[in-house]
Amino acid sequence: MSAVDTAGTSSASAKAPAPGAASNQDQLRRARAHAKSGHGHAPHGKGVHHPTHHKHVKRSKRRKHRRKHKPATHVTPVAGLPGAPAPPAIPVNPPPPSSSPPPAVAASISLSQARRLLWRAGFGPTPGQAEKLVGQPLEAVVQGLTRPVGAATLSGPEPTDDEGNALEPADVWGEDHCWWLDRMIRSDQQLVERMTFIWHDWFANSNEKVNSQQRMLDQNALFREHALGNFQDLFLAVTVNPAMLVFLDGIYNDRYEPNENYGREMMELFSLGADRGAYTETDIREMARALTGWTAEWTESSGLQNFHFDASRHDAGNKTVFGQTGKWNYEDAVRLCVSHPLHASFFVSKLWSYFVPAPPDEATLASLQGLYLASGYGIRAVVEAILQHPDFLQGPDLVTPPVVYNAGLLRAIGRPIDTTAWAWLSASAGQQLFYPPNVSGWDFTHWLDTSTAKARWEMASYVTAKTYPNPWPPEGQPRYSETEDPAAALESALAYWGDPLLSGESRECVAAFAASCLEGVATAQWQQSPYRAIRQNALRMLIATAPDMQVS
Amino acid sequence: MARSCSCNDFTRAQLMRAGVAQAGRGLPSIERGMPLPAGTGMDRRAFLLRTAGAVLTVYGAAALSPRHLEEGIAQAAAAAPPNQPVLVSIFMEGGWDALSVLAPVKEARYHELRPSLGLAEGAGAPFSEDESLMWHPQAAGLSQLHAEGKVTVFPAIGYDPPDESHFTSRHYWEVGELNAQTRSGWMGRYLDIAGDPSNPLQGLSLDYSLAPALATTRVPVAAMSSPSDYNFWAYGLDEPLTGPTLETFGQLGALPAGSPAFAQARAASLDTSIIRNQVAPFAEHEGKPGFTSPVTYPSTGGEFPARLAVLAAMIADEALPIKCVSLNAVGSYDTHSDERNTLSTNLGETVESVVAFQRDLEARKLDGRVIIQLWSEFGRRPRENGSGTDHGAAGAAFLIGSRVKGKMVGEFPGLSKLDPNENLVNTSDYRAMYAGLLGQWLQTEAGLVIPEAGTGLAGPSAYGTVPQLIT
Repeated sequence: MSAVDTAGTSSASAKAPAPGAASNQDQLRRARAHAKSGHGHAPHGKGVHHPTHHKHVKRSKRRKHRRKHKPATHVTPVAGLPGAPAPPAIPVNPPPPSSSPPPAVAASISLSQARRLLWRAGFGPTPGQAEKLVGQPLEAVVQGLTRPVGAATLSGPEPTDDEGNALEPADVWGEDHCWWLDRMIRSDQQLVERMTFIWHDWFANSNEKVNSQQRMLDQNALFREHALGNFQDLFLAVTVNPAMLVFLDGIYNDRYEPNENYGREMMELFSLGADRGAYTETDIREMARALTGWTAEWTESSGLQNFHFDASRHDAGNKTVFGQTGKWNYEDAVRLCVSHPLHASFFVSKLWSYFVPAPPDEATLASLQGLYLASGYGIRAVVEAILQHPDFLQGPDLVTPPVVYNAGLLRAIGRPIDTTAWAWLSASAGQQLFYPPNVSGWDFTHWLDTSTAKARWEMASYVTAKTYPNPWPPEGQPRYSETEDPAAALESALAYWGDPLLSGESRECVAAFAASCLEGVATAQWQQSPYRAIRQNALRMLIATAPDMQVS
Repeated sequence: MARSCSCNDFTRAQLMRAGVAQAGRGLPSIERGMPLPAGTGMDRRAFLLRTAGAVLTVYGAAALSPRHLEEGIAQAAAAAPPNQPVLVSIFMEGGWDALSVLAPVKEARYHELRPSLGLAEGAGAPFSEDESLMWHPQAAGLSQLHAEGKVTVFPAIGYDPPDESHFTSRHYWEVGELNAQTRSGWMGRYLDIAGDPSNPLQGLSLDYSLAPALATTRVPVAAMSSPSDYNFWAYGLDEPLTGPTLETFGQLGALPAGSPAFAQARAASLDTSIIRNQVAPFAEHEGKPGFTSPVTYPSTGGEFPARLAVLAAMIADEALPIKCVSLNAVGSYDTHSDERNTLSTNLGETVESVVAFQRDLEARKLDGRVIIQLWSEFGRRPRENGSGTDHGAAGAAFLIGSRVKGKMVGEFPGLSKLDPNENLVNTSDYRAMYAGLLGQWLQTEAGLVIPEAGTGLAGPSAYGTVPQLIT
């Protein structure tokens, strides 16, 4: 770091983390250990059963982990780690923008299309929500998502921790995650939340380095504000957003020692893409100079604060970027990126990749670029076109991200946020909000491995924790049916999850289990009710964790 | 529908017979992506069961319950050669302070640079291969193993130019090259060559997520926090239906899929089911451990000692195709502050567990099959910052095992000439260590895994001399 660094972190790594500031990994370890000690993971033995299903949510004392005073750890995230997103296929030689409209599905919406739309442009259907859309004109349904009016309405109970206290997303570890998960579940502007989620991945900052939940929440509000707005406005706001200024070292970028971290990523990951001939290493160095001048103050008592532009730190000289010379500053830097001839193709291809697994065809790519440019870098116009495209509605499946899966299960059963377990459960499944693995975000093509698949099982089980039928209810409590037949059991389990659609093969497999699992097993009269309750729980788990439910 | 749920009609004996019959007809083995036998309607995945020299090709996992599969694989693997080499890679997260692990206590400069953190001469055992160095008192176990000739020391390992970012440097070590874009890990690429398309457990992260060093492009690998955690407990799911439920979960993974994403989801269920069955015998059950250790592991150190204990038991089971394993050591070594206490605790607990693991392997007579690697993304800066140290460059690494040569690789460079950032200079390249492990231990041409690494046999390479690592 520079000797003239006025941010106070003359060497960012020289400052010690505040005592007691635990790393995210440490917090996760604690949360998992706590959960394990709570509900006893060991399979229940036969015989006496105690209703243990709520034990895990009890916390004797809330631990606060205020991390305000911890200065940034000096890590330089890089793209391309194993497990980092394969960059979306961005064509090196894209077709020129076209003014002809992209293909759109003209018919009214079918049930499977409605489900897909609600899963991919939101966080899964609430019971009956997809059914209600069937038969409506597609364009109207899509515009219902893309053109929300006014502020979002959050319906249903406010989120709480396990003890019923209001969440403290800025201060308590894991409650940032649950606070946003709640919006995903309750907001009537589902696409706004989904776009916010996309921008969090597109401009992936991790609190691991930012070290302030409040700063991450402020950035989150920014993503939401611009969710379907103008990309240039969003890009400019992000460029000088405090979380980003910390994460990609913008506050350490001054005229004495330019730091290229943001200058590189703003082109490679945010606007133009690598290996397309869009820019050179010289452009990166010149861009870094244009971006100089932002800084913050650091004090022992309150950490980084007062992020601002300091003209004395800015390199006011001429810079030549993309062959254009001028006394460029950060606003010019953003303008130069979005007006670059290879930006529109990058933007629409990357945005497309969040909704559709295979890249768009040439004609579609040309049309989407046309829409984007004609609207002056409008996000909404492109999203509206993608959501009506045949490739989106009729093309292959996409694996559902862990957070969306979690939100979707909770929406399906109408359960509000009443535990903070979702933070560590989601981390185990591969996605903790506000902690993307690196600056290139999560790998949306590799969510599932043997550990994350097991984590989804655990997550599904936790979702059922407050509503599963107890096979051995205490005396005086209602007992499960003694007579439910296999077909009714399957219908009931499907209804529990809001009647999701399983493939024929999967449904037959689960039905065969339902039909055979009690054969020769539930022979005595006392077994009829408890074993049917267990079968019901088994069916609910099999449906929620079926491969069918991991894709949309 | 397909025979997805006809597993109950199938016995293992029938399957084996069918497989032998098919093999006898000279059908080629089946791998992912090959066309299916017409008319079966089964999933594309197939399993090669090797037994008694015959390759059994079993069509359609759909026809098998996971338990049958597990039995088949177990039986098949039992006949495999018992000398399969295993590499256990243990990551000291955060950049451990090499100058405390092997402290140059005889250098006056050391005490100038480390006025408060410097270890006193005589506080630990001297390092026999370089008298200027002393083992940290909490590394006494390593010193003992070294005296037995079971530790190869790399006192100043790194690469040029060094990167002081945790993120970048760790990534370079994980992928085995100085390339920020590489996505597969160095052990993952080895498994892509030497691994099997149907054995996820061959590359195992004993953690909640897959270690990037194990990331493959072709073959499946596994991640699991521990066998006891891998129990698929669920609310209200109980006997007598736990087993049939989990079998059905696996069967759902073996059904046809209409899209690549759906196939990926199916495969995850199937792989999960395979390893769940494989590791189930090692899980704690009703309070009783699933295995016994011939040695006592430390009670401190979080999940680390228990993971090593179960790993030794799993390696002892010839049926499990474990080749490369990744674990994180106890704690974090990013000791910007309070280094004296943090390092002592974490180092002591880590070393104690590693030594127990080596003794366990020795007691089980597996020590000839396993090499343990201890590594960190970098060492720390020689000049202390008060109560801690900042990110540095060259650091320490160790290879431990009864088969390692036990001879120091690269000398300790001393503190009199540091690099321009005042960090320790390296005297060996981590890629040369990888090359040696690949060529000499894992019996794979190193250049196929690490670009320009050559054969991996002792001799010159693009990364300096590849040392003779194995006796």
